[in-house]
Amino acid sequence: MNKIWLIVQREYLIRVRKKSFLIMSILGPILFGAIIFLPALITIFTSDEEKHIAIVDESGLFQDKFESNQSLIFSVVPINIEQAKTALKEKKYDGVLLIPDIDISNPQGFTYFSEESLAPMTKANLERTIRQEIEKLRMMRSGIKKEQLDGIRAKVDIITIKIGEEGEKAGSSGAAMVIGYVGAFFIYIFIFLYGSQIMRGVMEEKTNRIIEVLICSVRPFDLMMGKIIGIGAVALTQFLIWVVLSLGITTGISVVFGLDKVAEARAKGQMEQLQQNPEMANAVEISNAIDAIASINMPVTIAAFLFFFFAGYLMYGAMFAAIGAAVDNETDSQQFMLPITIPLIFAIISLSAVITNPNGQLAFWLSVVPLTAPVVMMARVPFTGANWELFLSMGILIASFIGMVWLAGRIYRVGILMYGKKPTYKEIGKWLFYKA
Amino acid sequence: MNILETNRLVKRYAGHTALQDVSIAVPEGQIYGLLGPNGAGKTSLIRIITQITAPDEGTVRFMNEPLAPVHYQKIGYLPEERGLYRKSKVGEQLMYLARLRGMSESEARRRIRAWLERLNLMDWATKNVEDLSKGMQQKVQFIATVVHQPPLIILDEPFSGFDPVNSNLIRDEILELRRQGSTIIFSTHRMDTVEELCDYVGLINRSRKVLEGKKKDIKNAYKTHTFIVETDAPIALTENGYEVLQSESTEEGIYRHLVKIRQGTNNGLLQACMAQSNVVSFREQIPDMHEIFIRVVAAHGN
Repeated sequence: MNKIWLIVQREYLIRVRKKSFLIMSILGPILFGAIIFLPALITIFTSDEEKHIAIVDESGLFQDKFESNQSLIFSVVPINIEQAKTALKEKKYDGVLLIPDIDISNPQGFTYFSEESLAPMTKANLERTIRQEIEKLRMMRSGIKKEQLDGIRAKVDIITIKIGEEGEKAGSSGAAMVIGYVGAFFIYIFIFLYGSQIMRGVMEEKTNRIIEVLICSVRPFDLMMGKIIGIGAVALTQFLIWVVLSLGITTGISVVFGLDKVAEARAKGQMEQLQQNPEMANAVEISNAIDAIASINMPVTIAAFLFFFFAGYLMYGAMFAAIGAAVDNETDSQQFMLPITIPLIFAIISLSAVITNPNGQLAFWLSVVPLTAPVVMMARVPFTGANWELFLSMGILIASFIGMVWLAGRIYRVGILMYGKKPTYKEIGKWLFYKA
Repeated sequence: MNILETNRLVKRYAGHTALQDVSIAVPEGQIYGLLGPNGAGKTSLIRIITQITAPDEGTVRFMNEPLAPVHYQKIGYLPEERGLYRKSKVGEQLMYLARLRGMSESEARRRIRAWLERLNLMDWATKNVEDLSKGMQQKVQFIATVVHQPPLIILDEPFSGFDPVNSNLIRDEILELRRQGSTIIFSTHRMDTVEELCDYVGLINRSRKVLEGKKKDIKNAYKTHTFIVETDAPIALTENGYEVLQSESTEEGIYRHLVKIRQGTNNGLLQACMAQSNVVSFREQIPDMHEIFIRVVAAHGN
């Protein structure tokens, strides 16, 4: 035990002292932030570009029906289509929509002219406006009055309430989805990132030929476990640094967006007043999202995250160690990486299906299979909370990582002394039964 | 007393037997040369002694106890294929290896310092291993092997890669370690070092031990009773017991004969020669380890 501790210490210190660790610790949250915020930022910046769309309304039914917004400006122009096309060529407009003189019972022939293809969102917007207008006209024709029509329209918004031991709580499947995704993704990234570090570490000791010096002082199993635990501690440190930094950044963003004012206003019961202030609308929305996050059973989610993080890491880490021991160089390792990469990538790909239906068959079976459980079950926990499926998944995973560590230990102790030819799966199978 | 005894060790790998009924006994405080051609099973034997692998059959006793993990720190092993962490500092690396062998931090620090000073490596303690020359790396590896003062030291081809100056330095350290009471097992192909350093010799050929004992006794056993006689005149040995294997005359007018005594005594041969000429020199031809090695290996077929 004392020796494992020495190995853990060394593996931890040499990695944490590296410059690359420091750089990753700082860049990590920034990169993740960038991945999340970049699409939003791009939308903001590109949507600043205004598009003028001319509408040639030959029917005369759509005079003020198209509502312009920040990026799309509609204008019904009193010119014929040929003139409009010329204007389009002269770049007076970005697009021309032709509404022919239509028969309301059979509207045909709407055409959009442009030098670039129509964005799906814009197309949907145009179609909706035209459809609504035609429907309105048809209803009025059949004798329904405008006031009646307005009375018919209904706006629906479903509020989800989770019934738990602590009573009813406003829930948000959106927040659960985000947390599930992020948690599962972190586990996936960390298994890959630090698992391959284990593999490289083992391979380094093998190719350096220091391994024989080491294993005449410690048991191979201790050496392997020391390395896995040491690197796991590095992963945890890195993760904690990221959490702290991210919290810092989030706090920074909150201040910028004025969330603190929301909190203050709430305390003073000035929420209504605040909502009327359009500048604060965003802040209110974000604040609502934070409330929704609070509705998820966070203690269970965090505990589950830590569990799947470690159990998954230990199981896959042992596999990575065994591969590192079996081969001499990185090129040869590719073939043996398949059993690791395929289940992990499968788990990540199936995440969207799992999250759409977190209580479905696929979700259940992928959480029972230990190779996909760390990622898939993690994504489900924010929806399911602590139930028997979670404990089943955990139990199977514990049994599997113990089994995997044992198997890996047997491959490891033979593999580290084998040089030269790349072993086959069959040979590795035989190693399991060698006497050590 | 023997510090180490192996009893009928058998080790099989897929397709071949590396060791077959190998029993050796290494006396305490001696330098034991473990010899054998490439692939004879030396490394397999050493790996069993160092508990890197386990035998399929047979037992090992170390200091009168069955060999067990508690003995890890009582054995120092310098493998033939040896290396260090390239990106680690010399001092830190030695500290890690010493601690792994059960030394306390303060004791390890003291011993490492003493050894680095002894082998003129003090200035390199804070350098990365990759900045050291190959010879210096070998010295660091040697320190790593002996830093925990193990009663049994196993050296596999310790001199490969050393220049003559460092070779001498290490040889003196080995002799000093023996003087302090350590037992040393030497695995080597270089018969000149065996001749020079070893007290005991064990020879493994084709997975079996074929020879073992005191070097002096083995040499005596392999004597062929052949004498080199130099005279100032030609001689003719008519007695049946003596056979002249070879005769040549040198430029200085000396006649050199290689005579094998089949029957009779040294003195009888000397008298026979003296009767015919003046004997300039008379000495027994003692086989060197190189010769014995080749003869034994050839006799067992290879």
